[in-house]
Amino acid sequence: MAFTFAAFCYMLALLLTAALIFFAIWHIIAFDELKTDYKNPIDQCNTLNPTVEKVKKIKRVRLALKLVLPEYLIHVFFCIMFLCATEWLSLGLNMPLLAYHVWRYMSRPVMSGPGLYDPTTIMNADILAFCQKEGWCKLAFYLLSFFYYLYG
Amino acid sequence: MSVPGFNPSPAAGLSRHPTPNGGAAPLYQNGPGQTYPLMQSQAGYGAPHPHYNSAPGHYAQMPKKAPPVNNQYGMNYYQNNNQQPMQTTARPEMAPVFRAPQVHSSRPPVSSQVVGPTSNVSMSSASPLHTGPPQPGSYPASAGYYGGSMPLVGPAGTSAQGFPPLSALATVPSAPNSAYPTVSFPSAPGSSQYGTLPSSQTSAASHNLVGTGPTPSSVSTAPRAPLQQVSLGHSVTSSWPSSAAVSAPPSYSGNFPGTIAAINSKANTVPPSSANHLDQSCQPPWNRTFGAVHPTAGSPAPGRLATVTPTPPVSASLAQHEGMQYGNVANSSASSAPAPLSSSSDDEDDDDEGEEDEEAGADSSSTTSSASPVPNNYEALEGGSYPDTSSKLPPGPPVSQASKVAKPFGYGYPSLQPAYQQTPAPCSHPTNFQSFNPSSPGYQQDSKPYPTMNQLSADLGGLSLPALQLEALRPVNLMQDRNILPSTEVQAPLPNLSTDLKKANCSSDSFRCTLTNIPQTQALLNKAKLPLGLLLHPFRDLTQLPVITSNTIVRCRSCRTYINPFVSFLDQRRWKCNLCYRVNDVPEEFMYNPLTRSYGEPHKRPEVQNSTVEFIASSDYMLRPPQPAVYLFVLDVSHNAVEAGYLNVLCQSLLENLDKLPGDTRTRVGFITFDSTIHFYNLQEGLSQPQMLVVSDIEDVFLPTPDSLLVNLKESKELVKDLLNALPCMFTNTRETHSALGPALQAAFKLMSATGGRVSVFQTQLPSLGAGLLHSREDPNQRSSAKVVQHLGPATDFYKKLALDCSGQQIAVDLFLLSSQYSDLASLACVSKYSAGSIFYYPSFHHVHNPVQAEKFQKDLRRYFTRKIGFEAVMRIRCTKGLSIHTFHGNFFVRSTDLLSLANVNPDSGFAVQMSIEESLADTALVCFQAALLYTSSKGKRRIRVHTLCLPVVSQLNDVFAGADVQAITCLLANMAVDRAISSNLSDSRDALVNAVVDSLSAYRSATSSLQQSGVIAPYSLRLFPLYVLALLKQKALRTGTSTRLDDRVFAMCEFKCQPLQQIMRMIHPNFYRIDNLTDEGALHVNDSIVPQPPILQLSAERLTREGAFLMDCGSVLYLWVGKSCDVTFISDVLGYPNHASIPQNMTQIPELETPSSERTRSFITWLQENRSFNPVLCIVKDDTSAKTNFFQLLIEDRTEAALSYYEFLLHIQQQISK
Repeated sequence: MAFTFAAFCYMLALLLTAALIFFAIWHIIAFDELKTDYKNPIDQCNTLNPTVEKVKKIKRVRLALKLVLPEYLIHVFFCIMFLCATEWLSLGLNMPLLAYHVWRYMSRPVMSGPGLYDPTTIMNADILAFCQKEGWCKLAFYLLSFFYYLYG
Repeated sequence: MSVPGFNPSPAAGLSRHPTPNGGAAPLYQNGPGQTYPLMQSQAGYGAPHPHYNSAPGHYAQMPKKAPPVNNQYGMNYYQNNNQQPMQTTARPEMAPVFRAPQVHSSRPPVSSQVVGPTSNVSMSSASPLHTGPPQPGSYPASAGYYGGSMPLVGPAGTSAQGFPPLSALATVPSAPNSAYPTVSFPSAPGSSQYGTLPSSQTSAASHNLVGTGPTPSSVSTAPRAPLQQVSLGHSVTSSWPSSAAVSAPPSYSGNFPGTIAAINSKANTVPPSSANHLDQSCQPPWNRTFGAVHPTAGSPAPGRLATVTPTPPVSASLAQHEGMQYGNVANSSASSAPAPLSSSSDDEDDDDEGEEDEEAGADSSSTTSSASPVPNNYEALEGGSYPDTSSKLPPGPPVSQASKVAKPFGYGYPSLQPAYQQTPAPCSHPTNFQSFNPSSPGYQQDSKPYPTMNQLSADLGGLSLPALQLEALRPVNLMQDRNILPSTEVQAPLPNLSTDLKKANCSSDSFRCTLTNIPQTQALLNKAKLPLGLLLHPFRDLTQLPVITSNTIVRCRSCRTYINPFVSFLDQRRWKCNLCYRVNDVPEEFMYNPLTRSYGEPHKRPEVQNSTVEFIASSDYMLRPPQPAVYLFVLDVSHNAVEAGYLNVLCQSLLENLDKLPGDTRTRVGFITFDSTIHFYNLQEGLSQPQMLVVSDIEDVFLPTPDSLLVNLKESKELVKDLLNALPCMFTNTRETHSALGPALQAAFKLMSATGGRVSVFQTQLPSLGAGLLHSREDPNQRSSAKVVQHLGPATDFYKKLALDCSGQQIAVDLFLLSSQYSDLASLACVSKYSAGSIFYYPSFHHVHNPVQAEKFQKDLRRYFTRKIGFEAVMRIRCTKGLSIHTFHGNFFVRSTDLLSLANVNPDSGFAVQMSIEESLADTALVCFQAALLYTSSKGKRRIRVHTLCLPVVSQLNDVFAGADVQAITCLLANMAVDRAISSNLSDSRDALVNAVVDSLSAYRSATSSLQQSGVIAPYSLRLFPLYVLALLKQKALRTGTSTRLDDRVFAMCEFKCQPLQQIMRMIHPNFYRIDNLTDEGALHVNDSIVPQPPILQLSAERLTREGAFLMDCGSVLYLWVGKSCDVTFISDVLGYPNHASIPQNMTQIPELETPSSERTRSFITWLQENRSFNPVLCIVKDDTSAKTNFFQLLIEDRTEAALSYYEFLLHIQQQISK
């Protein structure tokens, strides 16, 4: 197979998917940290006035949560690439996720900046559980598509 | 009057009785039998029994509308919404049915009794009306029928009854004699009752009573004693020799005359309403007793005696009612012994209580103290504790009454027959039913539910706990039983724990769980379809609270739980955590008990004795020095604000309370005003006058001077006072209409971020400039839309982000919104919601034109300025392994799965927590919840307040239902519904509420599959659930179809989220009293004043009469509705006006008059007002004022054009269940 645009798309998608997998893992870890935070209770004072270490952790979590938008953009980007390369099958496989992303972003809480997660409701058990599930599903999807692109 | 009042009763009573029992009157039977279902409904709705037959003529008139004109007020109102008034027609519409109650008023009680049965019948015919279709012609006919039937029945009844009136009477007196003769009245049941009295005075009260036996106060107690006797007598009839009886009556008579006379006199003055009066006055168990006793005492004549009989039947019927479940407890034996037993047990109670009180006083909180002892007493006394006695939710008074009442009845019961509900024959139902109503002429019905409960509990005294639970499980057919609303405030159920644990458990005022029996697994919880959650009021004002200072605060090393009464000591040196089961060492210091000054008794330490304690925390619990109290006021001074005139009220109030602001010498205050610019005030000590600094750059706000904007209150007090005096005048001529709230808040944040503290924002309009500006989103045409209510969520996240920043810097923002127009509270409220502030809303505030709001504002401010405050607080909620927290509700920022960060904590905020069960709790019998609140007091001390609640775990679905706390469930559902409404939409959340009822009731139904009854069957513990949910659906926050301003709705939602349980309950289901005939019967004695306790009425227009005055307690407002033809003496004696027409609109005060009725009314209203932290405003509603609409919207059992009546709602539920 010659080095066509389609092949280029797949290679690019492969790389980007690897990045997405990384994001998904980060996402899962972030929510897990949020959730299990209380299982290593520290004195209340510590939680009141977070120690340096804790601040670092919180920042890391925040960063992870902020990666949502890049993730969406990346995904949209290679979807467009597939469209250009008229790789209908690959595009079709990605459409559900694309649609989901669009829906997810449209129904995000009222927010002035970019972002999906509202710090005031993120601790709600339902939302937390949902986000975790979402992370795992996405990870699985990206992994599958990774191999698909690899051999595609 | 006495004659008519009581005399009739004999006849009526008898007739009534017989009818149902003997079935002497075929007519009746038929009616009930055939219409059985209908009957039920009537019972529910028609309850008013007595009144029905009074006037056939009335029926004919039945004017639908013409409210002012009619006697039948209730009806009118009821219908007003829906229908047009028709005075003359004899329409069988709904109206007539309901009217019926009113009718009774014209007749003497006697008639009413007779009517009882009649009423049912009529009801049956009417019931259809209820739903809608008019039945022409039926009324007149029925009326005639009744009239005719009455006489017939009377005689037959007597004979049928087989109830020798004389003997009954005789027995009555005799019983008392035997039991009490030597014993002074007070000491007997009465005293015990008092012991349970409210708050601080508990112990004192009991003493008083005892002492005062003979005095007026004793009157109340005295009647009670007879009551007991009566019931006993009834059951015992055969056993007691009639001869003994004679002596007793005289003794009673001495006490009574006074009270009786009073009642009578009233009755006389207002003949038509007399029935009502009796009704109301008598409703409390007391009264009833009174009535019963009364005849005896007053007239020895046999004929009179007969009158008494009605009462006994009542008790009997009640007994049946309740008794059925329990089976007959020692019927025969009970009869002979009961009297003595009861008296003795009471005495014991008394003693116990006294002790308890003292203990409680010593260590537990003040308000609670009264309450907690109560339950304990009961357990101790009776072995089993029943919810009613225990609950004591309200500081106590109501409870006491209930308990008092209950006892007498309870003892009477044993002999009673098995349950009526279980009786197979449909006929039996009606019969029993009727017997209830009829038995006591006017008053009985209302009181019925309550006494029954109490009685049961009393009965249970000797039984084991399971029996108690059985009671909570007793199926109640809601379609049939209308009178499910207790006549005193609903009490929290007591968890089914051992006596010791119960004693130690946290007060239900601070900590309540929706299920007092925790299901073992999530599967079981799902089966029950009830929400599991906690309702907390952690920072409640407590007058007595054990405060512990020690170097080491003993906590579990693994889960950091504070040591609490529910840990177990393995030996002297080790204790086992009750949350994570880790074994910890007992530190050396803990071995010494500072209270008893003894060594080696760690289990006697106050931490282990009290479930609510406060620790003074060491420096381990702070990472920065405790902050000073800092108060910043951000005031809107735009034209709109000046026009509303709030500044004057605010400054005045602040001036008055400047010295009472909580704080120490470090307290600092500051002021910012804003319109389209932001004004700062330099109050630096040494200045001759306050200096105003204007910042007009609202795009990029900066502080004009780095310091001296927040100044030490003590040092700059004079300047602050100058400023407060000058502020109201400074902006009188402003023409600035814009409001730059956002930038002002940013400035406040900058000013406060170094220290943290409290920002109080006063805003009067939609912010229109700078960051955070908002646009009007409300479409007035959509206000009453039944479909979609939009814009419940914030329009911008500016305020939320600001709140989070504030929260991070320990700043709380309290929002006072005083606007007459839409101000987008949904967006503005975020600033308080996430910074743990409070929200106050005064719609259409104007200092002159709206005196009600103005007064409310003033009162709220007084409380706001002087209430306790905790700074830089966090609250962590821990629970036994296996449980986990699902969602929090309230004003705070959730920091972690179990940690709330509260920039400020105030004593008036409540929290709700949804829980889920993650692991099976099968290996544990008890679960515990611990809420620990770490805060900095206004004096700069770091403190930790710890509440621990312990609950049993059950594995049976039935037990889960038995432990359901309907009030807590309702409040939790309200919170969940609000969340749902905001995140999804209103109709979803309304559906979810209805589904909650349907699901839980059908779960109960399937759990008790043996019961094959039609109708809506609910366990006794959940009998109020449909009513509360209906009330919730009609509440401002969640109603549809009725015009509701968006801000009002959003505010109501905010209130649900952050008010404590009691307040939410009043908002959802207001307490409704009739107060134009208050008596001292059953009154509470609080601090030397006598507080009458009128029974709580159902929220239905059928309870209203034009001749009465009614008080509705909705939490933040008290509506006093004065009927058009209200007794003139009441208007002049209490309101101070010669007649109804001269009562001014917008009256908000009751004048201090020297008349007894005025004193009674005032003491009752004051008592209501003082029972909560924010004094509610009294709003006097006349027929023609605009407040009337609000008032009638709160009659939630009635139908409105947009919502179902209670009965219709039940039908709807029934339909859903049977699907």
